[in-house]
Amino acid sequence: MNAPVALDADARTQVDSRFTVPGMRCAGCIAKIERGLSEMPGVTAARVNFSAKRVAVRHDPQIVDDDLLDALERLGFEAQPVAENPLAQDDADTRMLLRALAVAGFGMMNIMLLSVSVWSGAGGVTRELFHWLSALIALPVVAYAGRPFFASAAMALRYRRTNMDVPISIGVLLATALSLYETVTGGEHAYFDGAVMLLFFLLAGRALDAAMRGRTRAGIGALLGRMGRSASVLQSDGSTRRIDADKLQPGSLMLVAAGEALAADGVVEHGHSAVDNAMLTGESTPEAVAAGTTVHAGAINLLDPLHVRITAVAQDTAIAEIARLMDEAGQSRSRYVRIADRASRLYAPAVHLLAALAFVGWMIAGAGVYQSLVIAIAVLIITCPCAMGLAVPAAQVVASNALIRRGLLVKDGTALERLAEVDVALFDKTGTLTMGEPQADLGALGLQEKAIALGLAQTSRHPLSRAIVRAIGPGVVPARVRQVREVEGSGLTAMVDRMQVALVRPQQAQAGMASELVIDGKAYPIRFADPLRSDAADTLAQLDAMGIDCSILSGDSAPAVAAVAGHLGVGGKGGLGPADKLTLLEQLKDAEHRPLMVGDGLNDGPALAAAHASIAPGTASDASQQAADAVFIGGQLAPVALAVSVARRTMQIVRQNFVFAIGYNILAVPLALAGLVTPMIAAIAMSLSSVVVVANSLRLAGAAK
Amino acid sequence: MSVLTFLIPIALGMGGLGLAVFFWAMRTGQFEDLDGAAQRILIDDEEQGS
Repeated sequence: MNAPVALDADARTQVDSRFTVPGMRCAGCIAKIERGLSEMPGVTAARVNFSAKRVAVRHDPQIVDDDLLDALERLGFEAQPVAENPLAQDDADTRMLLRALAVAGFGMMNIMLLSVSVWSGAGGVTRELFHWLSALIALPVVAYAGRPFFASAAMALRYRRTNMDVPISIGVLLATALSLYETVTGGEHAYFDGAVMLLFFLLAGRALDAAMRGRTRAGIGALLGRMGRSASVLQSDGSTRRIDADKLQPGSLMLVAAGEALAADGVVEHGHSAVDNAMLTGESTPEAVAAGTTVHAGAINLLDPLHVRITAVAQDTAIAEIARLMDEAGQSRSRYVRIADRASRLYAPAVHLLAALAFVGWMIAGAGVYQSLVIAIAVLIITCPCAMGLAVPAAQVVASNALIRRGLLVKDGTALERLAEVDVALFDKTGTLTMGEPQADLGALGLQEKAIALGLAQTSRHPLSRAIVRAIGPGVVPARVRQVREVEGSGLTAMVDRMQVALVRPQQAQAGMASELVIDGKAYPIRFADPLRSDAADTLAQLDAMGIDCSILSGDSAPAVAAVAGHLGVGGKGGLGPADKLTLLEQLKDAEHRPLMVGDGLNDGPALAAAHASIAPGTASDASQQAADAVFIGGQLAPVALAVSVARRTMQIVRQNFVFAIGYNILAVPLALAGLVTPMIAAIAMSLSSVVVVANSLRLAGAAK
Repeated sequence: MSVLTFLIPIALGMGGLGLAVFFWAMRTGQFEDLDGAAQRILIDDEEQGS
């Protein structure tokens, strides 16, 4: 259609690059990016994937990533290059499940067609012919579509455990084997339809589960940036070369351009600048650096180029230390057992015992081996957790889709299960309860002053300058500034129409962040604040009403934390390092609490990984977003309270679903035990219970309103 | 009954065709960008100069 993907003859010499563009929101953005990039010389094609917020560009090898990033920036989009295809593994799993689902669906429809005529009274040769046809369709379908279950069951049995897939696999295989025997001997009942239908409904549940994971991962992947994955290293001959972060050598000298993230720890050898340590500490105030200052990987250089002598790389950096803490903290969470598996631990032995008892009981009653076996298998088929396979994923998918529309991405089903259980909430302060970026107060400026301030501020990458640009907004035309000079630690000076103008740090020291716009000697104050999110107090009150005790854990100074905590009416502790937060969480967990951690900085990473459940804002560091169970987007804190209430509602629905699914078994099992279950009864019972479970789950669609 | 010798292969063939089309659609990435497909219909073709 309107997608310019033309492959010409020399396509082989072209290369592909992928970028994530989180800012695209509408059809206009798609058109703008695709057309804008395609018009660049050397670019053959650009194709946007809107769901994943990515653009794939096919271009000449001469064009490098930075050219394309510049082009995207000129089009008005912030972008970041992404690796080949980080989600390929997950995608492959989802595709495999979808293919299996399609095959099972095909088999189910055709076998049903044949079965219906058998049920409605076809006899003799016709019935035998139809059974044979069913067998021909069912055998390859079961072999193909059943693989995910057989593989998982085999894995569980190898470790002497049992999971939901063990009774499923046994049921399906026995039903198929029995039906085959019936077909060969010209018997009356064949259960091919039951076996294939079971696979179809179960695969539908699995595919839903995988689709939910894929969708939210794509959303989070789009937010993740490039944090110092490579560095320009000065070679002995004076040239520079780009080297990947994990191949850097301590002792070499790296060149860090303005706006670039550091790829390794080091000591500044040459140059003055300021670095943004928000990744490491969560605090947004930039720190001035000069020769001799130690800088850490992940910090962003804000002003002038720096020469940094590398002291520690990869595994030895401060970032890697935090990553290691996170890894260890995350171990405890992997021990969490999903509700479906908890249910199957009780369910599977009960079902197998019941089938065995049916066999023994009918043998004692003198029914003969063959008839007893048929009845035992009928029990297995009728109790196979068909609706149970849908009970959990159907509810979780509907809930997570409802949450996505409200700006909350939940990573997977277990996250919802754990969110429903939390009873204590811990919040980081900067960037979580607050916006995390300074907001400028321009009350003292008129229109003309704003134009000059905008002209000055837009030449700088300093966080305060950016805050001024944001606060002035697009309505003001910037003044034309000449001879701009940026002095580290002081500010910007320039000329406007022969007037000396400056945007500098104020003469008198004052509390909080502030700067001054000086026009021809006259000073206008600009104050900055990092305000609380507008609904922070409401959200904490809502959580409190749900019986969740809130408090603040921050790395900021104790008085600053106490002020915010007092304002919000909750408890607060300040001056905590990553390890202190981790210790506090462990203490809570030892006291049988299930803490929810909400935080953004890398210093919150270990706590996010250790908490029973965790949520990070979309502005959080990459590592924190990866450690968290859910990510919320936008300036509101409300999704946090919403997540907990929707998660609780979801678990309520899941429990109802289990009651439905097991209730149907309780009704059907006596029939099976009495030897009265025909393939038709099994098929009707199975589809009815599945439909009821799915319909019940759909009630969650409005839960996030 | 002889009608079955036609109808059953036809039914199976049509089902198989549907399955084949679905596999083709998966392989060629028709389901890669469902939200994008919904948005693209709003793009104005006129502006496209190239």
